[in-house]
Amino acid sequence: MVDIAQTDERIKEISPLRRALIRPELGGMVGTVAVFLLFLLFASDSGMFAAQGALNWSLVSAQFMIIAVGACLLMIAGEFDLSVGSMIGFAGMMVAVFGVVLGWPMWLTIITTFAICLALGALNGWIVVKTGLPSFIVTLAFLFILRGFTIYIPQTIERKTIIGGIRDAAEGDWLAPIFGGKIGTSFFQWLGEAGVIEVFERGSRAGEPVVDGIPMLIVWAIALVIFGHVLLTKTRFGNWVFASGGDAEAARNSGVPVNRVKILMFMFTAFCATVFATCQVMEFGSAGADRGLLKEFEAIIAVVIGGALLTGGYGSVLGAALGALIFGVVQQGLFFAGVESSLFRVFLGVILLAAVILNTYIRRIITGER
Amino acid sequence: MNTRTTHEPIIQMKNIEKHFGSVIALAGVSIDVYPGECHCLLGDNGAGKSTFIKTMSGVHKPTRGEILFEGRPMNFESPRDAMDAGIATVHQHLAMIPLMSVSRNFFMGNEPVKKVVGMNFFDHEYANQVTMDEMRKMGINLRGPDQAVGTLSGGERQTVAIARAVHFGAKVLILDEPTSALGVRQTANVLATIDKVRKQDIAVVFITHNVRHAMAVGDRFTVLNRGQTLGTAQRGQISAEELQDMMAGGQELVALEGSLGGTV
Repeated sequence: MVDIAQTDERIKEISPLRRALIRPELGGMVGTVAVFLLFLLFASDSGMFAAQGALNWSLVSAQFMIIAVGACLLMIAGEFDLSVGSMIGFAGMMVAVFGVVLGWPMWLTIITTFAICLALGALNGWIVVKTGLPSFIVTLAFLFILRGFTIYIPQTIERKTIIGGIRDAAEGDWLAPIFGGKIGTSFFQWLGEAGVIEVFERGSRAGEPVVDGIPMLIVWAIALVIFGHVLLTKTRFGNWVFASGGDAEAARNSGVPVNRVKILMFMFTAFCATVFATCQVMEFGSAGADRGLLKEFEAIIAVVIGGALLTGGYGSVLGAALGALIFGVVQQGLFFAGVESSLFRVFLGVILLAAVILNTYIRRIITGER
Repeated sequence: MNTRTTHEPIIQMKNIEKHFGSVIALAGVSIDVYPGECHCLLGDNGAGKSTFIKTMSGVHKPTRGEILFEGRPMNFESPRDAMDAGIATVHQHLAMIPLMSVSRNFFMGNEPVKKVVGMNFFDHEYANQVTMDEMRKMGINLRGPDQAVGTLSGGERQTVAIARAVHFGAKVLILDEPTSALGVRQTANVLATIDKVRKQDIAVVFITHNVRHAMAVGDRFTVLNRGQTLGTAQRGQISAEELQDMMAGGQELVALEGSLGGTV
């Protein structure tokens, strides 16, 4: 063997299995398998894994996924955004104000809302980068500022905190279905006719399949996860994200535009929150001032379960997506299993702790941290 | 002996002054550095070493004075400019990101890209290949290009940083106290790396406050003290004790040495 001269006696051999397992997503993968096994055992007869049940927890998981992707990339870039939840409420309210109160066409409403929210994300990032303050504080301020406006604006102009009529306003618009529509309806119709999935037997929708298509929310979630994963692992920008969060000073010394990366990631987080909000108001047909409450923490929890390091520089979008899946499956699964819903928090806390302990252990093996 | 003086210096710093508000960090420092030499910049803490090399690498603009790079006056607006011109700095602590793989670190800020359906993607295959080759040349055997830098020793990290700078075409390599936090064996490795780099006709500016490390590889020695230089000496023209004295400012150390018995 030629290699003999090059092997180092102080590097231990690593078995291929261990090598395949030691990855940032391992905690998320183990957790996903665990919760699915658990609910297959205890809730398999509750309809949780029938078409309608699966759509239910898929939707909830997809919601978590959308905001988790943004939070994940931002956290890897070394920053937090605590204003995600308020941003969701604010964006939804903007859609209602422009689209319903002011009566703008829905496409213009959506584009304007995105522009405003991206600008707010950029402002968040700009303040963090320019002042050097912890993003925790800056975005905490925006948590209150945005929530305050979300309550103040509808109360001032409409004297209420929920504005409805969005579905009517979106009727016939070309952009609205991208957020509120469904795909694969004919396929599901066929599935229903072929007897693969159940159909409604009574009522106004008799004969229609119980699941009549994949909501765009889920499509957005999958698209964002793929986009985030590719961006992070396969592009030079992804390398900059890791570098900015790992050690901003070292990254700057190597010519990485750290400030730009961070501001862009704040904007991406705002984008994800706005996607979430737009899908939500299209689904509900209304915007409420209390929408998105505590979502920032749920996003961060999903990201941390997925193996990201709170202090930045390390993590995985796929892991965050698995974290979101665990989150959604547990939340809805406990309902299907008939468990008292307050126990959800207990369950969540236990999963969070277990995943983080496992993740820390894995990370130490990979990175040589002590 | 140094026979390089027949060459043109690659970088000349003439009467560099740098003021921070009312503080005069540099009060007229001049040195020149030739290709293929290891120019040691010595000085105690607070002597102005860091300010001086930051001026050289484009972080600070000098308040007064002139920088000639390859014979032309240079005005670096940012470290990026200096880097593009071929002046690379390897910082003591801030060279590498421990959480990232060696290959990602190696190409940080200079990522190779390949086009796939019109979009630019990080060319991991090329990056991994180059990283493994360059590390082997420097005598470091990696487990794999995806090994995290955090698993390397301090000396190996410095070596990765130096190899990176050389790979990206550095003509002047500034090493900011590369050995100050290292053990004996690791220091020897880094000094050996410096020697390899010098032989490739790269100018090395080696900042240290350890006279023994400087004497081991240095061709010429410049001592900074309180923002001023006390001149440049050739190898063989000056002893370690003299350098030590100049760094500490002479008299005070003589008084100290009496009580320490010449152990410093």
